[in-house]
Amino acid sequence: MVGSQLAGNLLPRDLHPLAWWVWALGLAVAASRTTNPWLLLLVTAVVVHVVVSRRSDAPWALAFRMYVYLGLTIIAIRVFFRFVFGGAEGTTIILRLPEIPLPVWAAGIRLFGDVSAESVLGGLYDGMRLATMVICVGAANALANPKRLLKSMPSALYEIGTTVTVALAVFPQLAESTQRVRRARALRGTGGSRFEVLRSIVVPVLEDALDRSLTLAASMDSRGYGRTGSPSRASRRITGTLMATGLVGVCVGVYSTLDGTTPALLATPMLLAGLGLAVAGFVVAGRRVERSQYRPDRWRAAELATALSGIAVAVAMFRTSSVDPTNLNPSLTTLSWPLLAWPPVLAILVGLLPAIATPPPAPPHVGLDDMPDDAPIPARSS
Amino acid sequence: MIRFEHVTVTYPRRSEPALRDVHLTIGEGELVLCAGRTGAGKSTLLGAVNGLVPHFTGGRLEGRVSVDGVATSSRPPREFAHLVGVVRQNPLAGFVTDTVEEELAYSMEQLGVDPQVMRRRVEETLDLLGIAGLRRRALRQLSGGQQQRVAIGSVLTAHPRVLVLDEPTSALDPTAAEDVLATIARLVTDLGTTVLLAEHRMERVVPFIDRLLFVEADGTVTDGEPATQLRRTSIAPPIVELGRLAGWDPLPLSVRDARRRASTWRDGLIPPPPAATDTEAPATLEARGVVVRYGPKVAVREVDLTLAAGEVTALMGRNGSGKSSLLWALQGSGPRHGGSVGAGGHDPQRLTRSQARRLVGLVPQDAADLLYLESVDAECAAGDVESDSPPGSCRTLLDAFAPGIRDEAHPRDLSEGQKLALVLAVQLSASPRVVLLDEPTRGLDYLAKRELTRTVRALAATGRSVVIATHDVEFVAGVADRVVVMAEGEIVTDAPVADAIAGSPAFAPQVAKVLGSPWLTVDQVRTALGVA
Repeated sequence: MVGSQLAGNLLPRDLHPLAWWVWALGLAVAASRTTNPWLLLLVTAVVVHVVVSRRSDAPWALAFRMYVYLGLTIIAIRVFFRFVFGGAEGTTIILRLPEIPLPVWAAGIRLFGDVSAESVLGGLYDGMRLATMVICVGAANALANPKRLLKSMPSALYEIGTTVTVALAVFPQLAESTQRVRRARALRGTGGSRFEVLRSIVVPVLEDALDRSLTLAASMDSRGYGRTGSPSRASRRITGTLMATGLVGVCVGVYSTLDGTTPALLATPMLLAGLGLAVAGFVVAGRRVERSQYRPDRWRAAELATALSGIAVAVAMFRTSSVDPTNLNPSLTTLSWPLLAWPPVLAILVGLLPAIATPPPAPPHVGLDDMPDDAPIPARSS
Repeated sequence: MIRFEHVTVTYPRRSEPALRDVHLTIGEGELVLCAGRTGAGKSTLLGAVNGLVPHFTGGRLEGRVSVDGVATSSRPPREFAHLVGVVRQNPLAGFVTDTVEEELAYSMEQLGVDPQVMRRRVEETLDLLGIAGLRRRALRQLSGGQQQRVAIGSVLTAHPRVLVLDEPTSALDPTAAEDVLATIARLVTDLGTTVLLAEHRMERVVPFIDRLLFVEADGTVTDGEPATQLRRTSIAPPIVELGRLAGWDPLPLSVRDARRRASTWRDGLIPPPPAATDTEAPATLEARGVVVRYGPKVAVREVDLTLAAGEVTALMGRNGSGKSSLLWALQGSGPRHGGSVGAGGHDPQRLTRSQARRLVGLVPQDAADLLYLESVDAECAAGDVESDSPPGSCRTLLDAFAPGIRDEAHPRDLSEGQKLALVLAVQLSASPRVVLLDEPTRGLDYLAKRELTRTVRALAATGRSVVIATHDVEFVAGVADRVVVMAEGEIVTDAPVADAIAGSPAFAPQVAKVLGSPWLTVDQVRTALGVA
């Protein structure tokens, strides 16, 4: 009985996008609590493992690499800046560069000069923390179809969701028509100044984009987009106020939860109150929308497990930070190898759960063998 | 079902109305073709059915348009989504979602259809249109014919009573077009859907239709039986012209009808002399083993092609068979991964862009991409500068191709045929020996195509080689000397026009289907009959 249900749960399908986002944000929050390089590397490893075992072949999934590169760039920039703009905090000088004297008005900024191991390490840890968070967000993007996420937004936010969808649809077309016009432009030779050449590309591309947007808008309209009946002014004002106040509450709440120094009174109650208001706003706004959804993503056991594992990692990191802060934020005043304690390691390993407990992704949209022979080849940047 | 009551549509800043006093009724389950010259107001008529004109386009609509008793003036187009399904010219530009299945469901989601019903209708529509195998595919990766069928399906799922189609087959190869038309005919017979469609290439649609609306140049609309209407319209498919020429009454509308009529009549015709092939003509371009590939996909596979001076070559083949890639590779500005191309003793790929276009000129599929200035005059002047030719030479060419275009006219306001003529003039001001045209007939009506035929023949008469990539067999029959058919990046046929298309079931023009080989065009018959 339990076995057969489990088998049904694990049939290949796409997980609810929100579950992936909760999981990824949980790991990102956990990463934000520590600068211990071992723990950060462990978080990254967990994220990469889950992405590799559960991503599909869809285009958005292939972008994960970009997030990893972005993370590495962040680390490099952080460290590089410590070399350029003064890195003399601490006593272990590892590099002596000539200092470039700056005029009086730039007092407080140092260019080059002595570089200490402490400050370089500080930059490295800091960069690693940011990079890990970026990679976590990248994982959510790679695992969850961003458009499906927009679709599962509350119906009150439907308009915003659709606007974003249309923008997302028009944007790649812009790149495509730029390429097409540039190719066409070459057929007229290379006469004229730089400005002329630029104009000869920009004008047709913009005309094209405008035409396409109008066509799309006309097509959406004639297919019934926005048949919601116009809401009364009063109800619109009520929803607006509820949502705005709620979101401000949520922001303040999240900030005070993450920042350990703000009074605890502000944190949880503020978060809850904000959430409550926002939900009320959604409910009021959602009531006037008459629309249905085709094959909505369902929230099942695998989704629950994924989301909970993310939350568990975050919560566990909060708990351990009050027990053993030195291990989470290794000291920079006395240089030593950062230590690793068991509790946070085990906590982070909980994040691996989705790699086992979720169904594999549904087969991709296009198999290579059933591609039509005239499929437009995705544009490659040369 | 659809009623137009004394409808006049005037767009802002136009003195003449686009539609003038249109008064007609279209009944339930009728298949009606709307024809007329380019820019005559067909799209306005179609757009007025669900209120996109004037709610979306602007302009003023006098009179009353109603669908199923509901006036379009009373509510916005979106409130007609359950009644009228609209499929526009370029399906890709109208797609809102990413995959076939989501696109089919979109209209229903907007209408708030119950999820269970939605699921069922999507499955039914997938089967009805024969696209079940494509359900999870990305829309951008479908072929043109598949996209067109998905676009039709995406409005059908809302179960509209009326279907409005603007040029559903203009971008499709002959076989894909037949598929789409068969689908439409099936909807009319099986579901009783009222269909209103506009189409330039009337020859394929005319046999199916119940009525023909003809939009005259002044915006008035005549309405009647296809056979009576076609007796006097300014544009007509070849089969009708043949019928007019032979004096058949009633006019045959399908190839079958005409063939029955022609069985005794054609015996009196003296067959045209076989076209003289000039084997002595010097080669203007020689390509050997041309290869073009995109990643793992080979678009052009070791193609050899020699073009002779004064020869017009038609390049045919289904969508995606490598025609465009080959043209771009021959011109030198597109990718080429192997083989050699020689024109005038040089490889165009090794020359600068300006030098290459003096050897080989290419007019791309979206010809308007080449235009970027505010007036025809400025475009012509720029063309002269780019080609280092004396001022005024581009304008002279333009006047030869399409006389009477005003200097200060904005290129975007020109008709499709005039735009094409302008781009052709700009490209020819560099006086290349080889001219390549990629899909030039898209959006051209019969008269504009006749103009283009004249222009192309005149170019060939000056010793140039012309290559035209096209799906339009009737156009090919009238203009080409030689036909090259490509499939999967290889050349499968390379023969004189009469041999290549007359015997082919997919490519035979209507006159060949009626009279048999070697007849190809109405003009040949006209000459044979000695009618001026």
